[in-house]
Amino acid sequence: MSVDAATVRRIAHLARIAVSEDEVPHLQGELNAMLAFVEQLSEVNVEGVEPMTSVTPMQMKKRQDVVDDGEIADDIVANAPATEGHFFLVPKVVE
Amino acid sequence: MTDLTSLTLAEARKGLAAKNFTSLELTDAHLSAIEKARVLNAFVMETPDQARAMAREADSKIAKSDAGPLAGIPLGIKDLFATKGVRTTACSKILGNFVPTYESTVTSQLWRDGAVMLGKLNNDEFAMGSANETSCFGPVGNPWRREGSNTTLVPGGSSGGSASAVAALLCMGATATDTGGSIRQPAAFTATVGIKPTYGRCSRWGIVAFASSLDQAGPIARSVRDAAMLLRSMAGHDPKDTTSVDIPVPDYEAAIGKSVKGMKIGIPREYRLDGMPAEIEKLWEAGAKWLKAAGAELVEVSLPHTKYALPAYYIVAPAEASSNLARYDGVRYGLREQGKNIIELYENTRAEGFGAEVRRRVMIGTYVLSAGYYDAYYLRAQKVRTLIKKDFEDCFAKGVDAILTPATPSAAFGIGEKGGADPVEMYLNDIFTVTVNMAGLPGIAVPAGKDAQGLPLGLQLIGRPFDEETLFSLGEVIEQAAGRFTPARWW
Repeated sequence: MSVDAATVRRIAHLARIAVSEDEVPHLQGELNAMLAFVEQLSEVNVEGVEPMTSVTPMQMKKRQDVVDDGEIADDIVANAPATEGHFFLVPKVVE
Repeated sequence: MTDLTSLTLAEARKGLAAKNFTSLELTDAHLSAIEKARVLNAFVMETPDQARAMAREADSKIAKSDAGPLAGIPLGIKDLFATKGVRTTACSKILGNFVPTYESTVTSQLWRDGAVMLGKLNNDEFAMGSANETSCFGPVGNPWRREGSNTTLVPGGSSGGSASAVAALLCMGATATDTGGSIRQPAAFTATVGIKPTYGRCSRWGIVAFASSLDQAGPIARSVRDAAMLLRSMAGHDPKDTTSVDIPVPDYEAAIGKSVKGMKIGIPREYRLDGMPAEIEKLWEAGAKWLKAAGAELVEVSLPHTKYALPAYYIVAPAEASSNLARYDGVRYGLREQGKNIIELYENTRAEGFGAEVRRRVMIGTYVLSAGYYDAYYLRAQKVRTLIKKDFEDCFAKGVDAILTPATPSAAFGIGEKGGADPVEMYLNDIFTVTVNMAGLPGIAVPAGKDAQGLPLGLQLIGRPFDEETLFSLGEVIEQAAGRFTPARWW
C-alpha cells in the first residue's frame, strides 16, 4: 500500500500537524518508504494468532476508589503558555 | 591522588567509604570534566549548584555512617526523566522550558540512595532516533574516533548523551531509556555497559512517554558491576505505574562473579545477516568462546520471526507515539504558536514544535491507526509481536538460559552519514536489539572488542523475563575476557 498527496494532507490534519504544500511530496516519499518497509509483514501467517495486549502476563492492577491526589492547581497550570487564575486560555471554541 | 573521574562507580564507593576523598571532591572533578568537554554536547543542562549541595549532604551522611548504596556518586540524567525544578525537555522544542513540579520515580530512587545529579543529558527528540541527531539541542559527539581521523562520530541513540558522558568520564553512570535499542546501541558505540531490564522492572512514571508498551529505563555504566549497582536502585515496584511489577528487586551485584558453569547459551541462526561485517562475526565467535571457556554450553537456536521484528516495531511504536504525543497541544505546557482558531493553534504549535523525525513517526502512527487501516497494519503487527515473543518462549522452554548476539550491525558512523535519503537506513541500526523490546525481555550490551578502525563493538545477551542476574553474571565473563576500553582524550 502507498499513500497519495491527498492522503498525506488528510493524515497531517488528523495528526494536527500543519503541513505546507511544498512539504507534501517529500513527506509522501518518506511515508511510502516506511510503508514499503513494513509491507513484508503481509507474508507472515497470523491465522489464529492473538494480538498482543500485554507483554508481561499480569493482572491489571486497580487502585483504591479514594481521592489520593489533588489540590495542586498551581502546579497544573505552572507550565502553561497562557492562563488566567487556574484556567488554561485558548482561542474561542464556542460562538 | 589519581584522577577521580577515572574510577569506576564501585571503586569510588570504596574510596568514599574509606574517606580517601569526599563526594564534593568527586563531584567537582566531574563538573570540571564536563566543562572541558562541552564540545561533545552531551549535557543539555548542567546543574553544578544542585550537584554540590547534594554532594555536601552525601558527605555529611557518610560521616555519620548513614549512607545509602549510591551515596555521593555523581550521575547524569537523560533529559527524558522529569526532575523537579530542573528543566526537562525530551530534547524537543515543543516542551520549551518545561520545569516539572514532580520527580520521576526512577530518579527519586537514585536520590533516595544518595546519588548526586550533575545535570541533564542530551538524547534524540522524544527518544526517536539511533544517532542522537534529532535532538533540538544538536547532535552529540562520540568520544571515540577512527584511528588517525578527526571526523566526529555519533554516539548512537537515543541515549547518546548518556553513553557519550559515561564513556568520556564526565559522570560515573547515567540513566537512559530503551524503546527499540536506545540503551544498548549507544552503549555498544561507546564501549560502555548498558542494560534494558525486563518490561515492568523500572517504573515509567515521570519519564516522557514514547511507546508505552516498549519503553523501559535502565543504566549506562562503566562496568558490568556498576550497571548492577545502578539498576538495583532504579528498579522496583511503583503503584503509580500500573505496568510496574510487584516482585522483589534482587541484589544484582551478588550475581557478579557467580559461576556460569553449565548454563545453556543460545546462538540464534537468524541473527547471522547477509553482508554482516566479518569483524562483527568474529566478535560474536569470540564471545561464544569466552562463555564456553567459563563453562557454559553453547547451542544453536532458532528465532524464526526475527526479520519481522523491525517492521512490526515501526507500526507499534509510531502508533503508540502518535497517541502519547497528542498531549502536546500548546495549551497545558510548552510551546504555543498562535492560530485563527483552536485547531490552527494545535496544528501550528505541533508543526513548529516537533522535529522532522517526530512529525514523520506521529503521521505514520496516525495512519496505521486510522479507520480502514487499523486491521491491516496495527492489529497484524500486534499478532506478529505475539509470534516474536513465542519464538523466545520456545527457546527458553528448551532450557536455554540466555541468548548471545551482536549488539549492533556496525560500529559508530559519522554525523549525517545515515538516513538522509531513506529513514529505514537508520532504523536498521536496531535490528539486533528491537526484538528484545517487542518480547519485553531483559538485554545487556557489553563492550567486547574493536573493529579495524579502532572503534568499539559490543555483544548483547538476552535473558528470561526478570532474570537480569544471569545477564550480569554472563556480562561479567565477557568483560573479564575482553577488558575495558577507554577512548583517547581529544576534546
